[in-house]
Amino acid sequence: MKPVNEMQLSFDSKSNNESFARSAVASFILQLDPTIGEMADIKTAVSEAVTNAIVHGYRDTIGTIYIKSQIFENGKITIQIKDKGVGIEDVPKAMEPMFTTAGGERAGLGFAVMQSFMDNIRVVSKQDKGTTVTLTKYLIPRVLSYDKR
Amino acid sequence: MNVQITSADGALIALLSGEIDHHTAREIRKEIDSQAEKLHPPVLKLDFSQVQFMDSSGIGLIMGRFRLMQLLGGMLLVINVPPHLERIISLSGVGALGVLQYKGKE
Repeated sequence: MKPVNEMQLSFDSKSNNESFARSAVASFILQLDPTIGEMADIKTAVSEAVTNAIVHGYRDTIGTIYIKSQIFENGKITIQIKDKGVGIEDVPKAMEPMFTTAGGERAGLGFAVMQSFMDNIRVVSKQDKGTTVTLTKYLIPRVLSYDKR
Repeated sequence: MNVQITSADGALIALLSGEIDHHTAREIRKEIDSQAEKLHPPVLKLDFSQVQFMDSSGIGLIMGRFRLMQLLGGMLLVINVPPHLERIISLSGVGALGVLQYKGKE
């Protein structure tokens, strides 16, 4: 299926860009007229993925984070968050709740939040090559379903 | 600044506001910890009433302050959690720490 709309952006892996990244994605999604809840879910999941890229992917350095978001006809949206950092050694382990390599102030909940707030998550990672997280959510097509009636 | 700290009846109250993420949590943490370590309050309250957005960094903030208050021999309370934050709070399981106080305005 081809997307009906797409956006891409790239930015430095600086923590003050976390807010920029989730707001930018939220602004793009706005055209689907999402509910406040759907919007909050997406912002939270994007924030987790971007934070992972900053804290883990580019642990000791500043690199570039790439986001690509696509909108499909049926209200499906995908958001891809990619870094070219150190990669994840053991993806299933990293996705376990409460597993964190970052120490005391990180809750280790990033992936659990992404899983719970989105409909699907796919993580592809290669050591020293980087990590790509693809988040998928199906928005309830409110306008569309109304038209069909 | 995403935190305003006041003191009432011996309790230290941190009024959090705006968006809590990995970036803003750092500042908030520093501010709260320096006050708590200076004053050794018997109770530290984190007031979430003015928080518009938070990701799991907010959970880390709660867990970290819980540990700090344990070290200082005091207790932590999380108060005024707005409805839009309840989902992430319940997902995190921090309720098991016994810090949540789901009441109206204090």
